[in-house]
Amino acid sequence: MRYVISLALVMAALWLGLSGLFKPVLLALGVVSIVLTAWLSWRMDVIGVEHNPGLFSWRLPIYWAWLVWQIVLSNIDVARAVFNPRGHIRQRVLRVPARQSRELTRVTYANSITLTPGTVSLRLEGNEILVHALTKAGADGVLSGEMGDRVCWLEGQSK
Amino acid sequence: MIVDILSWILLLGGGLVGILGGVGLLRFPDFYSRLHAAGMTDTLCALMIIAGLILQAGFSLLSIKLALILLFLLFTSPTASHALARAGLTDGLKPEGEQSSNN
Repeated sequence: MRYVISLALVMAALWLGLSGLFKPVLLALGVVSIVLTAWLSWRMDVIGVEHNPGLFSWRLPIYWAWLVWQIVLSNIDVARAVFNPRGHIRQRVLRVPARQSRELTRVTYANSITLTPGTVSLRLEGNEILVHALTKAGADGVLSGEMGDRVCWLEGQSK
Repeated sequence: MIVDILSWILLLGGGLVGILGGVGLLRFPDFYSRLHAAGMTDTLCALMIIAGLILQAGFSLLSIKLALILLFLLFTSPTASHALARAGLTDGLKPEGEQSSNN
């Protein structure tokens, strides 16, 4: 029940944020669609801890800010490879341990690796991620495990 | 005025990153490396262009919508990249340099 309510609240905020209109007809339509969606998700059994948008913790914005900075850095690295493909590309496939205890955070880690250009996660098997790296800097970055540590820190709160 | 200049820098920079990603897509040697070039247009290009547009829109409902677009883009594009890479791997396309893990 808690999850249904938090889902409905997030959807209400989304509706108001997207429409910005406060006419009674539109508000009523919003309420109807929110109730319908909440009921459907409950029927489909997709409401739960992992799908709860209210899970948002204060650590997430900090992690995102760090991730955006990493995206900028790795974009510069890949851009250097664009100018000089022969000299800069050192393709490698790596096995990286994912020590996060929950599946959701392991997927977050794998997605963060893919989100930074120069590294793509190929496969997530149990506690190991198969990563394809384009350049030496990208491979070293993943092997240093800093991103994994950050995701562990992200996990710490919402256990 | 300062906001205008900043937003133009972001918009032009985003366009430049997009072009670089496209050039990389053509120049890189094989399937997996081209995936990384496409990753540039997915991330920094979209990030800078939407940030520039938010600065143009000012503080309004429009900027909420733009921020949401960015959020969904940053959630879906790695999924698409991963699906592509995994499809290549499942189809038996060996990544280059798999054996040479010593350099």
